[in-house]
Amino acid sequence: MSRLKLNINGKTHTVDAPPDMPLLWVLRDKLNLVGTKYSCGIGICGSCTVLVDGEPARSCTLPAAAMAGNEITTIEGLAPKGDHPVQVAWNEEDVPQCGYCQGGQILTAAALLERKPDPADEDIDAAMAGVICRCGTYYRIRKAIKLAARYAAELGSAS
Amino acid sequence: MKVRAKTPDLNRRSFLKVSLLASGALVVGVGWSAAPGEGEQIAETWAPNLYVRINRDGSVTIVSKNPEAGQGVKTAFPMVVAECLEVDWKDVSVEQAPLDDRYGRQVVGGSRGTPDGWDDLRIAGTGAMVLLKAAAARKWDVPVSECSAASGSIHHQASGRTVRYVELLDLAATLPVPAVADLKLKSRPADFSLLGTFVPGVDNHSILTGQPLFGADTRLDGMLYAVFQKCPTYGGKVRSANTEEIRKLSGVTHAFVVEGTDNLHGLMPGVAIVAESWWQADSAREKLRVDWETSHADSTADFDRRAAALAKETGEVQRADGAVEEALAASEKVVEASYYYPFVSHANMEPQNCTALYHESGKMELWAPSQNPKSGRSLIAGVLGIPEKQIHVNITRIGGGFGRKLVNDFMVEAAWIAREIRRPIQLQWTREDDMGHDFYRPAAWHHFTAGLDGAGRMAAFDHHFITFGRNGETISGAGLSPNHYPAGLVPHFRLRQSTIETNVPTGPWRSPGHSAYCFAYQSFFDEVALAAGRDQLEFRLDLLSRSFGDPPLDLARTSDTLRVAAEKAGWGRDPGPNRGLGMAFHFDHGGFVSHVAQVVADGTRIKVEKVWSGIDVGPVINLSGARNQVEGAVIDALSTAQLEITFANGAAVQSNFTDYELLRINQAPEIECHFIQSDHSPMGLGEPPIAPATPAISNAIFAATGTRIRALPFSRSGIVV
Repeated sequence: MSRLKLNINGKTHTVDAPPDMPLLWVLRDKLNLVGTKYSCGIGICGSCTVLVDGEPARSCTLPAAAMAGNEITTIEGLAPKGDHPVQVAWNEEDVPQCGYCQGGQILTAAALLERKPDPADEDIDAAMAGVICRCGTYYRIRKAIKLAARYAAELGSAS
Repeated sequence: MKVRAKTPDLNRRSFLKVSLLASGALVVGVGWSAAPGEGEQIAETWAPNLYVRINRDGSVTIVSKNPEAGQGVKTAFPMVVAECLEVDWKDVSVEQAPLDDRYGRQVVGGSRGTPDGWDDLRIAGTGAMVLLKAAAARKWDVPVSECSAASGSIHHQASGRTVRYVELLDLAATLPVPAVADLKLKSRPADFSLLGTFVPGVDNHSILTGQPLFGADTRLDGMLYAVFQKCPTYGGKVRSANTEEIRKLSGVTHAFVVEGTDNLHGLMPGVAIVAESWWQADSAREKLRVDWETSHADSTADFDRRAAALAKETGEVQRADGAVEEALAASEKVVEASYYYPFVSHANMEPQNCTALYHESGKMELWAPSQNPKSGRSLIAGVLGIPEKQIHVNITRIGGGFGRKLVNDFMVEAAWIAREIRRPIQLQWTREDDMGHDFYRPAAWHHFTAGLDGAGRMAAFDHHFITFGRNGETISGAGLSPNHYPAGLVPHFRLRQSTIETNVPTGPWRSPGHSAYCFAYQSFFDEVALAAGRDQLEFRLDLLSRSFGDPPLDLARTSDTLRVAAEKAGWGRDPGPNRGLGMAFHFDHGGFVSHVAQVVADGTRIKVEKVWSGIDVGPVINLSGARNQVEGAVIDALSTAQLEITFANGAAVQSNFTDYELLRINQAPEIECHFIQSDHSPMGLGEPPIAPATPAISNAIFAATGTRIRALPFSRSGIVV
């Protein structure tokens, strides 16, 4: 066991975990942050996506021990009230079917909009191709990202 | 005295039950009494369930009885109740029911939720509304006929008085319960205000903020985590395993052999490893050494050889109309083609998992993402010898089912491990466990011969279907109805079947059978229409214009969906350079769906640009959920048409998304849905849209590239998406 200090959703957590334990399992099994999902275990499906310093990362292959100096955002921490423009748009377009991959989808979309506030279809495809949705919500994800971009722009111009 | 079995049947009679809870909430439920058979006594075998509860704060709670796997039932069912109860959707909250015999069928499967629930949901909502109306009439001493219900209130127009439901609860509880037969149920789109609108899912907030919902999100005090290693070769037994060594590994608390049973759909033999964290349990597995005893060595290469040999035989005749051989001999033109599709996996994003707690009293409690928790309970009861009434199953949200979680192997594994170690455990399969131990959609070969008459009509259809079986019986998901079209649409028809023995576990995969063989039929129809020199739409509508004997599907409704899809797609237009349109119709699970797909090709690389869908499932309940199913099914079809599971040495070769690459967003088309809102009873939509999507796309690929897809995955024809 090693003692880890992790900055997750703006709070510091101290955790005793096996030294090779991926961040995913520290989140789920040590901290009960179960919004981050396990699916492929090899970092290719994107269900386990978290943001590390604002960039999407695969928590299932990321050793938690390497995250000591980083800011980690999970789906629980994006906007706990669900009022982030991406979450609002996701609800209005009713994107989720089973919902299992959606945390990863939403965090990836939020990071895209930070980088590109008005993404073209190609930008959306490039950014979102890393997250698999078995239910096939892709068509709605495209629409929701465009709606979220609009909401974010409105928020930006209002403030 | 015989008492009817606890299953609803066509003769059952619904009744309403009303009670006032200690909290002051009014509960209205629907129960069923079975109509007595000869020599039977009427038995109210079903205590009333709790469909709707009007709370003292004015809010309304509606219980959703079926598991939610993304098919939208947890939103759609309460919408039906709210529509009939005349309450505003914003005042409604939804509670997931556990497994409870009072609810009747609690299954995600067969697209049957909607048709099965339709009557009782409307009875519950309407019954409660009628009762509240009666209470208001009594309160005001006016005729009930002068009262109307809307937005959670009863209104008396003549006097201009309005009273909220919540103020009528005590009085309503004292009044006679309305008789079900007297209820006037809303049934047509013209009657609806909430139904047919776009309503976001009731679990969206929890999903979008990452709150616990799914099976593996369950957390219990003192819970340990388990993995279960089964033999990669189906049916393999454990001779020995280094469990003593495994128990010494970091975090591991238990490691033991589970002898299991011979049932491929039940508790298979294996080794359980339990640890303080799942990561430690799974890491310990890398050190696990098992000596397996195996007796099967199925392989795809061998299946192919056996199928080729069987193709030369006649097979067993399943249905014969007219005189197919004579009709073929007399045909103006004969078209022959052979089609193939491989085994595929369900690959739901949420790998199988189950949380189990065994109480010293002998009770077992489970949290299971099961599509059929009742069959899971009965499996556990049988294998563990625990009476069913001692087993309580909490229904969790399901992270994708597609038929995989109709089989409850993961439930019985969790239950076994929990009882063995007397600690609460969470069993979590890996992706590799999932792909290696699926109940696959079986492969099949279709050899078609069609004969055209002088008018270019299909007059004869001979079909040799080569599928899979075990001990001479067709296995799960591998059957084909002898009455499937074009039986009944052509005067001379024959279906022959041959079976390959296999030990590979198979099962229902979204729209079982249909999602596979529709590709073969509708692609071949394309070939026949071309050979006849006829337009694809005109050929199909003509095929659907006549029947011989009982029609195998509603010809008018099927044709209408095809017309709608074709019209919206602009069928007949020039789609432009390197582009092609393809179409297909189908009917399964009560739903009629046709698609037209547009494909653009760059050499052998294709992109599906858009799909137009014509759908008739009767009235649409939730427009969002309905569209979601169509959009998802089209993408599922395109994804699956590029995938295959192969076998070597009795085990699956593919193991993760590296060699079973599900479709990604950059390959996904736009989908435009057009619902024909007919007055028929509503049917489910989880399945019907997928079957015709594959051939609509493969026919469009032919139109764009000239490459006829006769085998899946597309890569076998050199086509890349």
